[in-house]
Amino acid sequence: MTVNIRIPRTVWDLPREDYFVGGHNLCAGCTAGTIVRNLLKVAGPNTIVVNATGCLEVSTSLFPFTSWKVPWIHIAFENAAAVASGVEAAIKVLKEKGKIDPNKKINIIAIGGDGGTFDIGLQALSGMLERGHNVLYVVYDNEAYMNTGIQRSGATPYKAWTTTTPVGTIMRGEWRDKKDIIGIALAHKVPYIATANPAFLLDMDKKFAKALQIDGPSLIHVLMACTTGWRFDPKLGIKISKLAVETAVWVNLEYNYGKLEVTTPVPKRKHVREYLKLQGRYSHLTEEEINDIQERINRKVEEINRAVGKEVIGPLA
Amino acid sequence: MTQVYKSKSLATLSSNKAVAKAVGQLDVDVIAAYPITPQTTIVEELAQMVANGEVKAQYIHVESEHSALSAVVGASIAGARTFTATSSQGLELMHEILHITSGLRLPVVMAVPTRALSAPISIWNDHSDIMNARDTGWIIYFVSSAQEAYDTVIQAYRLAEDREVLLPTIVSYDGFLMSHTYEPVVIESSEDVIEFSPKTWKGYIEEGAVAIGTLASPDYYYEFKYQQVEAMKNALRKAEIIDRDFYKKFGRKNGLVETYRTEDSEIDLLVTGSIWSSLKLAIDKARSNGLRIGGLRLRLYRPLPIDEIEKILAGKEVLVVIDKAISYGLRVAGPLANEIYTNLQSPVKIKSVVAGIGQRTITNEDLYKVILHVYKNKDSPGFTKHTLFYGVRGVELDS
Ligand SMILES: Cc1ncc(C[n+]2csc(CCOP(=O)(O)OP(=O)(O)O)c2C)c(N)n1
Ligand code: SF4
Ligand SMILES: [Mg+2]
Repeated sequence: MTVNIRIPRTVWDLPREDYFVGGHNLCAGCTAGTIVRNLLKVAGPNTIVVNATGCLEVSTSLFPFTSWKVPWIHIAFENAAAVASGVEAAIKVLKEKGKIDPNKKINIIAIGGDGGTFDIGLQALSGMLERGHNVLYVVYDNEAYMNTGIQRSGATPYKAWTTTTPVGTIMRGEWRDKKDIIGIALAHKVPYIATANPAFLLDMDKKFAKALQIDGPSLIHVLMACTTGWRFDPKLGIKISKLAVETAVWVNLEYNYGKLEVTTPVPKRKHVREYLKLQGRYSHLTEEEINDIQERINRKVEEINRAVGKEVIGPLA
Repeated sequence: MTQVYKSKSLATLSSNKAVAKAVGQLDVDVIAAYPITPQTTIVEELAQMVANGEVKAQYIHVESEHSALSAVVGASIAGARTFTATSSQGLELMHEILHITSGLRLPVVMAVPTRALSAPISIWNDHSDIMNARDTGWIIYFVSSAQEAYDTVIQAYRLAEDREVLLPTIVSYDGFLMSHTYEPVVIESSEDVIEFSPKTWKGYIEEGAVAIGTLASPDYYYEFKYQQVEAMKNALRKAEIIDRDFYKKFGRKNGLVETYRTEDSEIDLLVTGSIWSSLKLAIDKARSNGLRIGGLRLRLYRPLPIDEIEKILAGKEVLVVIDKAISYGLRVAGPLANEIYTNLQSPVKIKSVVAGIGQRTITNEDLYKVILHVYKNKDSPGFTKHTLFYGVRGVELDS
């Protein structure tokens, strides 16, 4: 299907019009707004959004207001992918029956938090990906259940404090690495899979555009720095997002029909300390624990470079 | 075998197949379902119709019942006529979304061949599953024959999509006892069916800002819910009109409450579903022995046609309510009995009987025994105080 979504080459290619607008109740400094504002700039007005329960949903839809200038649907926490599947199927059949103009391209975008995607919504997501619905699924990952008060999710990173992985005398924050949601999507043979980060705006927007051009399912996993849950000064959201890439805590990549590319190469890495020290959720870490985290990142970087076949992420500066 | 006469035809169908037949004739756009005994043959039948191109619908092979209902909710919002079906554990898994479907006022139609709930696991019939859905804001029909299943699905779409109603609708019937037993069913022509229930639903999607499923503060939430109360009242009125129109068009009248020999009865029994035909035999036997017994069958369960029941029961002495479900921890443990107790404004004595749990057989002879038991004991003090658990080991009738 040909699609009139353009891939932006510079930020000036993005339209001035916004379909996600202000007046919402997201925390000051929340980067979720930045992500969806860009997503809708790229997608444009012929878009239907299905939003899972979570911070983004509750903060943007307090009746009788809405921040969404496109049709927006919220049903529940764990089923955005299933609802989006239904919307997509309906549009398909209504086009076939001539009830909807068959030439009208309608983007269907499901948006869920990490909890609504990695955990409770994983089954519905798997179904949607496996059945091949033409839906873009965007997971904004703030690495915990923020809406209910910073509880741990399957996306909470190693050693991070949350209210359910507190720092005590026996346990010292999260004890596991993050779940590999990209690996899970890959196992479903999804045509377009990417990670993105609002500090690399153009890279993120290009990925949204590419995903919307694909005829079939796509998944974009976006890092979403959360001032309230990660315990940082609201002005630091984008700086921390940038540091996530510079330290290789986060890698911006894409899998286009299974072909891996790292879209933000990092010639010289910063030490992970630079990223951790700005966030209260890591304030309990000892030097030893920080080194442990650094070791884990080093191993992950090796794996990625091996998968790409060259050094896209360099050594520690 | 199908015998064609005029625009009607006669087919031998189970209730499941009768439902599938009706859905196939109603130009449904999106079907999403997940298999569970005893619902499976409905969705297999529909899948075949879609595969043959007889039904122009998208069939979504969802990975759970939760997703089945979620997908039809999404499709309904986008303007599709939708269908799903489930039983038992599947209905329980859908439960969260049942409330959301009615809260969003979506005219989804679902068939529920009823089945017992785990644990222990039982694939057989009772009404535990559907009784758990009674406060979810869905219209619920209880049908008692394959013909009625067919007729009611046709009526259900018209009722659900009525602008003054806009409520999701369940057509339920006894699993196995009906879902898998074959009866002759008159099939109307597809043209007549769609003319009776034309597609009026357009969904909620429009250009621009339309927010569906928003957050409602204490300042607004209550009004949303009260509108559902009003919609149920409208549904009762409209269900009657639709049933009358159906009779005019097709010559079959199902009613909301069916009665049998109640004109001069002293004791009546109120039932739902397939037990109705056995009850009629038991009543006939009681009558031939000089007992003035009558029967009522509830076809529409939500909204409850209580005024009609009240009218039928005027001047009667005892009403026996037979439930195939248990509300644990209550002295009167039949859920329907409880509802009749609380809603009925009448001096009639109500006796709650639970029977048929996990499809423990109840024959016309069993029902006759219940009638005799009630007849003999109706005046003994405290007789209506407790539920009679009929047919369970260890509970003797006349103790
Ligand atoms: C079935 C169900 N269980 C639990 C909840 C409570 N709940 C609402 S939002 C939420 C957390 C959302 O976390 P996430 O998806 O990561 O989004 P975030 O709020 O972090 O943006 C939870 C647990 C719910 N709404 N529904
Ligand atoms: S808690 Fe975090 S994710 Fe939620 S609105 Fe605030 S900053 Fe955004
Ligand atoms: Mg989260």
